Amino acid sequence: MIVKLIDFLRDRLTSVIRLCCVALALVVAWDVFFVDKHHAHTWPEHLWGFWAFFGFGACVVIILVSKWIGHCHWFGGKFTIMAPEDYYDK
Amino acid sequence: MINNLWVHPSLVLMLGGLLLPFVPRGVIRRLYLMAVPVATFLLIYFMEHGTHGVVPFMDWSLTFGRIDSLSKVFAYIMGLMCMIGTLYGLHVDEDAQHIAAWFYVSGSLGAIFAGDYLVLFLFWELMAFASVFLVWFRRGPKSLATGYRYILVHTFGGLILLAGIVLQYKATGGDLSFGPLADAMGGHHGFSVHDMSVPSLATYLIMIGFILNAAVPPLHAWLPDAYGEATVTGAVFMCAFTTKTAIYTLARACAGMDILVPLGVVMALYGVVYAVLENDSRRLLAYHIISQVGYMVAGVGIGTQMAINGAVAHAFAHILYKGLLFMGCGSVLYMTGQSKFTELGGLYKKMPRAFIFTLIGGLSISAFPLFSGFVSKSMIIAAGFEEHILWAAFLLTLASAGTFLHTGLKVPYFIWFGKNNCSKETWEKAADPPWNMQWAMGIASFLCILIGCYLPYLYNMLPFQEEAHHYAELVYGSYHVSETLQILLFTALGFFLLLKKLVPDPTISVDLDWFYRMGGRGFYWLARKPIQTVDNGVGEAYRYLGLIPLMTFSRFWSWFDWNGIDGVVDGIARTVRSVGESGRFLQSGRLQSGMFYAASVVAVLLIAYVLN
Repeated sequence: MIVKLIDFLRDRLTSVIRLCCVALALVVAWDVFFVDKHHAHTWPEHLWGFWAFFGFGACVVIILVSKWIGHCHWFGGKFTIMAPEDYYDK
Repeated sequence: MINNLWVHPSLVLMLGGLLLPFVPRGVIRRLYLMAVPVATFLLIYFMEHGTHGVVPFMDWSLTFGRIDSLSKVFAYIMGLMCMIGTLYGLHVDEDAQHIAAWFYVSGSLGAIFAGDYLVLFLFWELMAFASVFLVWFRRGPKSLATGYRYILVHTFGGLILLAGIVLQYKATGGDLSFGPLADAMGGHHGFSVHDMSVPSLATYLIMIGFILNAAVPPLHAWLPDAYGEATVTGAVFMCAFTTKTAIYTLARACAGMDILVPLGVVMALYGVVYAVLENDSRRLLAYHIISQVGYMVAGVGIGTQMAINGAVAHAFAHILYKGLLFMGCGSVLYMTGQSKFTELGGLYKKMPRAFIFTLIGGLSISAFPLFSGFVSKSMIIAAGFEEHILWAAFLLTLASAGTFLHTGLKVPYFIWFGKNNCSKETWEKAADPPWNMQWAMGIASFLCILIGCYLPYLYNMLPFQEEAHHYAELVYGSYHVSETLQILLFTALGFFLLLKKLVPDPTISVDLDWFYRMGGRGFYWLARKPIQTVDNGVGEAYRYLGLIPLMTFSRFWSWFDWNGIDGVVDGIARTVRSVGESGRFLQSGRLQSGMFYAASVVAVLLIAYVLN
């Protein structure tokens, strides 16, 4: 049953993606028009869709910064944090 | 028995473990395996608040059972996880694996109920020495070395803790009771009313002992090292007990200690960064333990009632969803023999149920509304905002985007979807795991959803009830739900846009364990080169100055022997040889079994002593 459902969705991938985009837009619209923001602690939280930008930005920053840290040649030499799998066996 | 028939739950697990080898195989053994943790859990469940199990020992009185709102909730979740973990490992034939796991849990329960530092230390060490077997029993090419690293790091942490305890003993003039360290408080209202002062060396040492077990960088590298290498069921146990027991001790002793806030935030981010780089699914989950425990450490550091509630609630929820995630990835490893993303992919057709369970774990850890993380993690962040520690609150929110990115998206995507990297053999072996594993995952999934949907279940157990009820009214408010949905859904958008960047590489990530792994190598080199050279020199000298004359001398005696007293000596020689044989047998016993017997003997002695 689970497999059938997943295959059903995969066969209609374009529609699924469109639906997801609509969902994203709805979430932001809800934030802009309906959400009561008096529980917010700081001023930027009152901006429209602040947390949406925050989430997207956080995701991009985390991926790019982490990959940079992993691939960067540290100490000006050959050392990278992402090392070959036999690094400790050599 | 002692004090109105109070039975320590650890005692049930230890005795149950020691009797396990005598239980006949088959259905009876399976029933027995479930009965022992269930009995332990019931014992915890019906335990009444108060001080029990006070035993005089030399000049001290040791307290084995301090039951209050804080220790009870931790013991409850540990007992619960012990049942789920044992069910998950029900198919394991080897008695020793169950015994090690149960001793490990007893260590954790003993530490939680400990009313003074001596008892705490005793169970603290039991935890380390029992859990290392869960690594060794994997019996892989790296297990032995990994286990030794694990136990050495924990021995080091234990020694620091002990040093702190000794200093504390001196400073307080002989008071070893395990409670809030007076000088750790930042003037907050956690479990203490003391004013702010500069923490003493004793306080720092005790705290360092605790945060080593909580895997706070730079003392964290043991965690992914060991948890990635443990047995399938061993990792399920390990991910629950060590770090969360440490959170309990921190909440008990160091609530409101300011330094814990930055440490916790660093942890939360550190785990996220390494999770991006990681290729092994179980090591990725291990890095996310560091990240999640970071929230709890920060919560303890903030130290308000709301923050302590948050740390406790998050520990409770975390044990269940992280156990679930380790069970999900563990079942993939158990069935296919693979745990690396570069060896897996596209498995949804073969292991659909494992996928659903892991997804539920992923959504819970990511704090999706209606799942457990949503009602626990947010409490810590909200406490940060309320105390106006804005930088910490924002950074923890950032880390929670990273949590969803990896555990909610990367793990399910690259194991069950994505590019199919499975070898033919892996693909053929892949299938949903045995019934007991599925049931364990099902129960954990149910609890994750229950906590998220039915607030009183968890909130009624929290130490500060008034705060908990107050927060219960806010948690499903429209602002909080909208905030979370925006963060999570837009993180998902970022994930799919940057998917190409996230395809795992077949690499390992060098962490701070480099220092002791390579440091150990330096020591080997020292042993091999200079020391060996000296040793060789001495050997050579001995050969010329000692051995050659000796040989000549012995040749004479050999002649004498042949021609004189052969018959007499023969008998003696045979005796000596047989003694030598038995000596060899004793010596060849592995260090691990030696340690295990020693630990068992200590446990039995302890039990006998308490029962007196």
